[in-house]
Amino acid sequence: MNRLIRLVAKRFALGLLTLFIVSILIFLGVQTLPGDLAEAILGKQATPEAVAAFRKELKLDLPPHIRYVNWLRDFSQGNMGVSLSNGLPIAEQINWRLKNSLFLAATAASIAVPVALILGLLAALYRNSWFDRFTSISTLTAISFPEFFIAYILVTFLSVKFQFFPSMCNLIAEMSFFRKTYEIILPCLTLTLVTVAHMMRMTRASIINLLSSPYIEMALLKGLRHMRIIVHHALPNALSPVINVVALNLAYLVVGVVVVEVVFVYPGLGQLMVDSVSKRDLPVVQACGLIFASTYVLLNLVADILAIISNPRLRHPKS
Amino acid sequence: MPFLKLMRKMSLTGRIGVGIICLNLGVCLLAPIIAPYNESAVVGDVWQSWSKRFPLGTDHLGRDMLTRLFYGARNTISIAFLITSLAFTLGILFGFLAAIIGGWVDQLLSRVVDILMAFPTLIFALIVLSILGTSIPVLIMVIALLSSTRVYRLSRAIAMDIGVMDFVEAARLRGEGLFWIMSQEILPNTVAPLLAEFGLRFCFVFLFISSLSFLGLGIQPPSADWGGMVRENAGAITFGIMAPLLPAAAIAFLTVGVNLVVDWLLHRSAGKVHEGL
Repeated sequence: MNRLIRLVAKRFALGLLTLFIVSILIFLGVQTLPGDLAEAILGKQATPEAVAAFRKELKLDLPPHIRYVNWLRDFSQGNMGVSLSNGLPIAEQINWRLKNSLFLAATAASIAVPVALILGLLAALYRNSWFDRFTSISTLTAISFPEFFIAYILVTFLSVKFQFFPSMCNLIAEMSFFRKTYEIILPCLTLTLVTVAHMMRMTRASIINLLSSPYIEMALLKGLRHMRIIVHHALPNALSPVINVVALNLAYLVVGVVVVEVVFVYPGLGQLMVDSVSKRDLPVVQACGLIFASTYVLLNLVADILAIISNPRLRHPKS
Repeated sequence: MPFLKLMRKMSLTGRIGVGIICLNLGVCLLAPIIAPYNESAVVGDVWQSWSKRFPLGTDHLGRDMLTRLFYGARNTISIAFLITSLAFTLGILFGFLAAIIGGWVDQLLSRVVDILMAFPTLIFALIVLSILGTSIPVLIMVIALLSSTRVYRLSRAIAMDIGVMDFVEAARLRGEGLFWIMSQEILPNTVAPLLAEFGLRFCFVFLFISSLSFLGLGIQPPSADWGGMVRENAGAITFGIMAPLLPAAAIAFLTVGVNLVVDWLLHRSAGKVHEGL
């Protein structure tokens, strides 16, 4: 047990280190810009004295490592500075959009995960059947499609031809849960289709890999019934790869929302980030980037830790 | 001909894939000859329907859709191919170096790659593009760097396996240099897995650059490019006009083709794997 705790702690520390390096890189990236925030805000006509004074006000005259610590501290307290393009506090804009993005990703995940796992398991168990061939071809097609293609096909059929769902998401804070769910059906469906395809292929591959291991063959040669082999021998060992697959796809989902949000003009974090990149509104890009990157790093960390816990073999690495 | 011989060995889906790739390459090379109009010539009304004059209608400025699609193939595919090749050169070079030299070189390169892979690719690209601005060279460098990380991992792993074999040892004892060992002893033995990876990476890069263009941050107008064309014509979708679906379908078509061939390549190498249940 001690060994397990030590391994998990080690992986956790590594994750925190990654997070630390990621934040430094994002911070430095914005710092190395020609000119700085003060010049960017005041414009080219500003006198050198005004720029210097403003720089002092923004604490840009401090050395970089102190500014980095200040930035991180402010960030963790929810104080992310002001946007260059409209002068509003970034935290206010991000707060509501982050909730929307998480809502979209969570809804998509709650549909995609069970569907993908069941389909992947079935495809692996009935390998080379017509069902397997059909799902294999259709998932291959789905992962080859860009997200916006799937999105526009759905819009064409479900929104324009038969007017079931709205093609743009008008999300308002006061809406009820069901009303909100109705508004996000199309973006949610798009994300679900893309992730199900990825997740199903990975689930199928890892289950097939498992079924070809020697102890399954042994059970088969002993003459055990298929049901017993699957429930007693295969499934307990399938837990670790499946958890890994799910966590990896959740990480993908969080970032995958960016394109989908733009298609449906969804008021989420991804849309904000893309808008800010084209306006070169760096403080906003910095904040969104840090949030996206840390979510991604954390989900990967969770995937690894769960894999260590659920797979005894990883606890005793051969040196 | 070796090509025809290979085709005969291929599965049906593999052959379809090769057909799709050849068709796209043909369009790429012959775009100026087969396109009915000039790349950015305005020749009709906005979003006209399909007719004899405009086989696939016109786009949001009244340019011929078919012409734009042909030129778009040229721009998008050639940039994606350039990026993938660059990523492979970088990835294989550093991957082999890390595997052969080992020690601190391996440690350093592997940790840098770990950090790059800890970033979600799209977010990394968005941050870099917002700092350096959107231009084709920046785009090429960023995506090539990001996709070279996976090539690095793969080629390092393969080179590790091959590097301990007797014939490499023999070459070392003969006193061959680092470059000789990399290019003459190891590279020829890694062609099959790297080829499949090239296909996969190409798909990834191709979709990635299309997504960036779709977000308005990739290849800039007036150059025709498939992702950008979807973005420009997106407004037509609410009128039930197919204009944005055509370039999107073209992207999907080529990616499916490459994936079919890659699938066949992977299946062929995995064919030996024992069938369990």
